[in-house]
Amino acid sequence: MLTRRARIPATKYPVERYTLDNGLRVVLTPDRSAPVIGVAVVYDVGIRSEPEGRTGFAHLFEHLMFQGSENLEKLAHFRHVQGAGGTFNGSTHLDYTDYFETLPSNALERALFLEADRMRGPRLTEENLRNQVDVVKEEIRVNVLNRPYGGFPWLTLPPVMFDTFPNAHDGYGSFVDLESATVADAADFFRRYYASGNAVLAVSGDIDVAEATALIERHFGDVPARPAPQRPDFTEPDLTAERRASYTDQLAPLPAVAGAWRVPDPVDDFAGYLPYVVLAEVLTDGDASRLVERLVQRDRTVTGLGGYLGFMGDPFDMRDPTALLLQAHLPPGGDVDKVLRTIDEEVDRLATDGLTEGELARTQARMATHLLRDTDAVLGRALRMAVLEQQRGEPGLLNELPRLVGEVTEEQVRAAAATLRPERRAAIEVIAGGAR
Amino acid sequence: MTTTTPATPRALPPLGPTRKLKVPKQAERRLANGLTVLAVRRPAVPLVELRLWMPFGRAHLARGALLSQTMLSGTQTHTATQIAAELQKVGGGLSAGVDPDRLMLSGAGLVTGLGRMLEITADVLTGATYPAEWVGTERDRLVDRIQVAQSQPAHLARTALLKRIYGRHPYAVQTPDPDQIRAVRPPALRKLHAERVHPAEAVLVLVGDMQPERALDAAEQALAGWRGDSRSVDLPPIPPLEPGPLLLVDRPGSVQSSLRIALPAVPRTHPDHAPLQLANLVFGGYFSSRWVENIREDKGYTYGPYSAVEHSVAGSVLVAAAEVATEVTGPALLETMYELGRIASLPPEPDELEQARQYALGTLQLGMSTQAGLASLASAYAGSGLRLDFLAEYAARLAKVTAEDVAEVAARHLAPAKAVTVVLGDADRIEGPLAALTPVRRESA
Repeated sequence: MLTRRARIPATKYPVERYTLDNGLRVVLTPDRSAPVIGVAVVYDVGIRSEPEGRTGFAHLFEHLMFQGSENLEKLAHFRHVQGAGGTFNGSTHLDYTDYFETLPSNALERALFLEADRMRGPRLTEENLRNQVDVVKEEIRVNVLNRPYGGFPWLTLPPVMFDTFPNAHDGYGSFVDLESATVADAADFFRRYYASGNAVLAVSGDIDVAEATALIERHFGDVPARPAPQRPDFTEPDLTAERRASYTDQLAPLPAVAGAWRVPDPVDDFAGYLPYVVLAEVLTDGDASRLVERLVQRDRTVTGLGGYLGFMGDPFDMRDPTALLLQAHLPPGGDVDKVLRTIDEEVDRLATDGLTEGELARTQARMATHLLRDTDAVLGRALRMAVLEQQRGEPGLLNELPRLVGEVTEEQVRAAAATLRPERRAAIEVIAGGAR
Repeated sequence: MTTTTPATPRALPPLGPTRKLKVPKQAERRLANGLTVLAVRRPAVPLVELRLWMPFGRAHLARGALLSQTMLSGTQTHTATQIAAELQKVGGGLSAGVDPDRLMLSGAGLVTGLGRMLEITADVLTGATYPAEWVGTERDRLVDRIQVAQSQPAHLARTALLKRIYGRHPYAVQTPDPDQIRAVRPPALRKLHAERVHPAEAVLVLVGDMQPERALDAAEQALAGWRGDSRSVDLPPIPPLEPGPLLLVDRPGSVQSSLRIALPAVPRTHPDHAPLQLANLVFGGYFSSRWVENIREDKGYTYGPYSAVEHSVAGSVLVAAAEVATEVTGPALLETMYELGRIASLPPEPDELEQARQYALGTLQLGMSTQAGLASLASAYAGSGLRLDFLAEYAARLAKVTAEDVAEVAARHLAPAKAVTVVLGDADRIEGPLAALTPVRRESA
């Protein structure tokens, strides 16, 4: 039977992709509607690849990539980007690390120069390393140690769900590990992972493809060729019995809980994975969603609720193993067991009774808006396309996502819901140590 | 490794020719009910952004906060769930927020659903019912959220700073007490809505993949029936900053100290605004500033210090903020005072000024390059009576600022003698080091 679907619009950003002789993959996506460009370099190394005894190292190394390079003194990178009217940043994820700039388009060649220079080699010195260890410790204090719910659940749930070091460890790192990091570790990490063959460069926005291609060859063409390292196998078996853990957060005034279930391989089984992305939204997106209606409005057992794919919240930048997460903040004295039981009940109801009329179509329309809105920012296109190229060899998938999300069927969503069984769940509870 | 100074250094490529700032076309119409509608075309993605700015100064704090949480909780014709579902059907969503100046309804959706989003908006504006059941739920949620906010150092530091700089001004307290929230009942929300949710001085901004004139027509059709007499509410101008002893707010056991410094600023239209923006950038307003290079990249005291001018209807203030490790709180304040003193006493180097200028000009371009960015900018400008074409004027002002202008404005605005300083942290550990630098007055959180 044909189901009526919302008419989902699409973008048609053009995509050029090619590979330089040194193995660097390039994605160009021109759009001349505003005089700005996005430049992203993505290296295929993240938190899961850092060695034991070096928790937090992938992120610390990201900081070191801003501390000067072959032709650039410390501070030069920041000054050259901002002095061209641009902004920059970098971020470390489970499966990759990105470096990016948004700039007025007259700074294209400058941005390429800056990225190529650090791809040839950062200036790894003892002084810069010690300075950035201090900065990273302050970052961890701001984001984790000095605030309520710090690291919940992205740092606190993986050790419950996973058994192997790559998947389970704290990606921000322990202070002990950070402090014992050496310049030699950094040099080794760079040699191994920051290879031209392990990177993708994406440029979006106000560019002429021929001109950009020539500039990219000029600046990146002589980056020494190094092959990508073999990517380790990070797979782990699914859970066969429920796992629960709890901890006291001395700053948290109210209890909270997060649960996660493994989902199909996002890359090798994209068709099997997409229904879970839709399911998370059916359950939690807005006041008309299932769990908000039930837990927040009817039962009042929850005051805030979220559902998403991937521990860092982006469904389309993860490799296997990954998970669907639901997290809830509870009122004072709230009962975590009851909340988990109600989630099970609602998920079961969805799997058994299916969706209500129009429920799927409206959720898909809303998801299309979110996806399109993210791609409106020139940098959003460069970053997403770089990751899609790196993990799938398919940067143009960005244009297809709203349509593909819109093609997920009710049957698929129900089938996905049917797998969210309590015995496959890992859950972490925050005990409110700061309750007054 | 690995300091590799290459045999033949490569030179930084020059920038290409600057593309002139192009302000997108906008259409504007004032409806008979007094609502101003602005529509801006940016066709990049098939969406539309909506921002409805309604003046809300001096509204009752707790009632205003709960009103913004329950405005979308039901109308004569729709329940809250139906409102959310109807919006979702067109890929839309709306949320309401409040601050001491305005009530704001904002959202985005598929552009094909613009008419429907406007209809629903009109339904809410003219017929929100504040059903008791929902108000009860949202009241409890708001109380919980405020409790969570009060456990966050950034919130506590801001609360202490606002109280210290605004004194008896309505801006002094911006978060209601949980007990005040608990006392709010639906009739009070209906009354506040009837008194204050009016079109007269409100501004609706629409940005997206649409013809501006058609968007104005759609807005007029949907919102012409929104009525309500204007009851103009004037906020008194903010009081001048009164420097005094550093206010130390105790947060026992805190592993960081939250440092907040307020300095006098001027509104966007003031002749000092452009030079002050550049002075602020050179001091601490972007990564490549003296302050960030000093306390982060040289000393490692902090992760993300920032400094920015905050504009409100009743006045503007410059706030510098940093979270620093407890054990370096004194030294961090010392370096901060040094950098403020330096920018207030000596003109910037020419290359420092040029770098800041290019950043200010470039980020104007970046801010205008998305629908959401344009909508927020147009709405913020409209809230101070400006239109997007002010961007061109502002860019021209930035282009003309000299090092002398910066020095002169910095002496009046960034001098440490004019600063009001608040530090939230473990007072027993940081009072001594702070008191070595400046008089300290201690207070519990």
